[in-house]
Amino acid sequence: MILDLPRFVTSERVYWNELQALLDRLRLEPNWHMSIAEIERLHYLYERCSADLVRLDTFATEPQLRAYVESLVSRAYAEIHETRARAGKIRWGAFIAAFPRAFRRHLGAFRLAVGLTVAGCAFGWFAIRVDPDAKAVLMPFPGLMGSPAKRVAQEESAGNAKTDPLRGHKASFSAQLMTHNIQVTVTALAAGVTWGVGTIILLFYNGVILGAVSADYVGAGYGQFLAGWLLPHGAIEIPAILLGGQGGLVLASALIGWGERATRAERLRAVAHDLLAIALGAAAMLVWAGIVEAFVSQYHQPLLPYSLKIAFGILEMAALTIFLWRVGRT
Amino acid sequence: MTPTRASSLRIETPEGVVFSLRLASPVLRALAWGVDALVLVAAATMIEEGTRVFALLGADWATALTAVLYFAASIAYAMIFEWFWRGQTLGKRMFGLRVVDAQGLRLRPAQVVLRNLLRAVDFLPAAYLVGVTACLVSRKGQRLGDLAANTVVLRESKLVEPDVEQIAPAKYNSLAAFPHLAARLRSRVDPEAVRIAVTALALRDGYDPPARVELFGELAGYFRALVGFPEEAVEGLTDEQYVRSAVRAIYGK
Repeated sequence: MILDLPRFVTSERVYWNELQALLDRLRLEPNWHMSIAEIERLHYLYERCSADLVRLDTFATEPQLRAYVESLVSRAYAEIHETRARAGKIRWGAFIAAFPRAFRRHLGAFRLAVGLTVAGCAFGWFAIRVDPDAKAVLMPFPGLMGSPAKRVAQEESAGNAKTDPLRGHKASFSAQLMTHNIQVTVTALAAGVTWGVGTIILLFYNGVILGAVSADYVGAGYGQFLAGWLLPHGAIEIPAILLGGQGGLVLASALIGWGERATRAERLRAVAHDLLAIALGAAAMLVWAGIVEAFVSQYHQPLLPYSLKIAFGILEMAALTIFLWRVGRT
Repeated sequence: MTPTRASSLRIETPEGVVFSLRLASPVLRALAWGVDALVLVAAATMIEEGTRVFALLGADWATALTAVLYFAASIAYAMIFEWFWRGQTLGKRMFGLRVVDAQGLRLRPAQVVLRNLLRAVDFLPAAYLVGVTACLVSRKGQRLGDLAANTVVLRESKLVEPDVEQIAPAKYNSLAAFPHLAARLRSRVDPEAVRIAVTALALRDGYDPPARVELFGELAGYFRALVGFPEEAVEGLTDEQYVRSAVRAIYGK
């Protein structure tokens, strides 16, 4: 049997046009609050068009007509079967609480990120203590190549406004730090898509650099300088990178899905909001860390006493811990 | 022509209705990305010009603002456009592409952000090598960002309202005057051949004249071989008119 196409089109076109008009309105007004009657009508039109598509598939072979009805059905399907709530107005309170909640939901991944970084730290520490010449390989950054004693002397003598090496560059230095650190954190999160391998390497390498720098300065007797230099910004920056790593490991876990019965798409959908909250939270932390690094961390004794800088770093860390552990709990 | 199944995403609704969405090719996606890259270059120039005003506060502040704004623009450009334009950036709109949920549902903000954040990995080591490779390997043409966000990029087809006149113009059909022969034709014809004939009729103005004559000659030969209509029904009909009349007779007009 072949469908009487012209009669079919003439009788059904009125419903197709009505559905198209409804879908166009939904596209133009995403927050349109439909009444029950309108929802019922949309559902009826969707079912009618679906039935038309089946009839066209079975009894007719008119490609353009089929494509037209198919596109209506596909658009209506997205509206009818969407069970996730529509994004309404942003509620800042809920938005801010979503970050610590997401962090707490995936504590295991955060612990693993910390463990990987600590393992890297231990490796970097022992590598530098055993072979100080490995410095050039482990931390190939010009600022860290020289001897700690020379650097401390230089930094402490540059403690007044006239000799300030960052004079006239503080804001741009801060911007550079923010953008670079956000890139590193986003990469740590995004690298989770390599089934976690990229994130693991990045976290471990970050730890290696941290451990190597610590071994270099603590070994030379400048532990206080190191703490005063790193803590003000590092108290926020290092956890932010760990959070990026946590996001990467959550992503990897959703991709791999060990022992889970849900499909990969369902697993990824389940963690998408948490990943978003973690990424935005870490980015906000890094904006703060960039400002502190440019305007506080680069100034040392006698201009800024180390004890003050260390106390500032400890306070930041305590505030961050309270925020991550307490905010958003019911 | 309908898209081949290899290049389309088939979705089966709970009602048992199957529809397909045409997936975008990596080439079109690369072209759209090229347009978006040009938009970002233009944005960078505008940001640089715009922040010159802040040089009054000091060159340092102007440089910092330029760096931060450019960084924000490069990350947020695709996210903002894809959210407000329902899965399209300027480049995607130009090439008729759209990002959608891989299950055919509405795109969510988290999906938009995630697929764009993961460009950091897709871009590696340069020029989207990882992303393009993933696209070519993936069954649904997904780069790693799409895979993680559970999205696909589609090639939109324009909504063209069905033209009844095109399917069966309101003219006398000499073949329909023999309903028993038309019914025999309907029962013997291969639906695939009808589909080809309908497509050929719809696109007839786009063919070169010799190709058009040859194509309709072959189609008319096929229909003539199925059922022989009396001489008075086919007298004076060209091959193309014969094919049109046969299709109308098959569809009952």
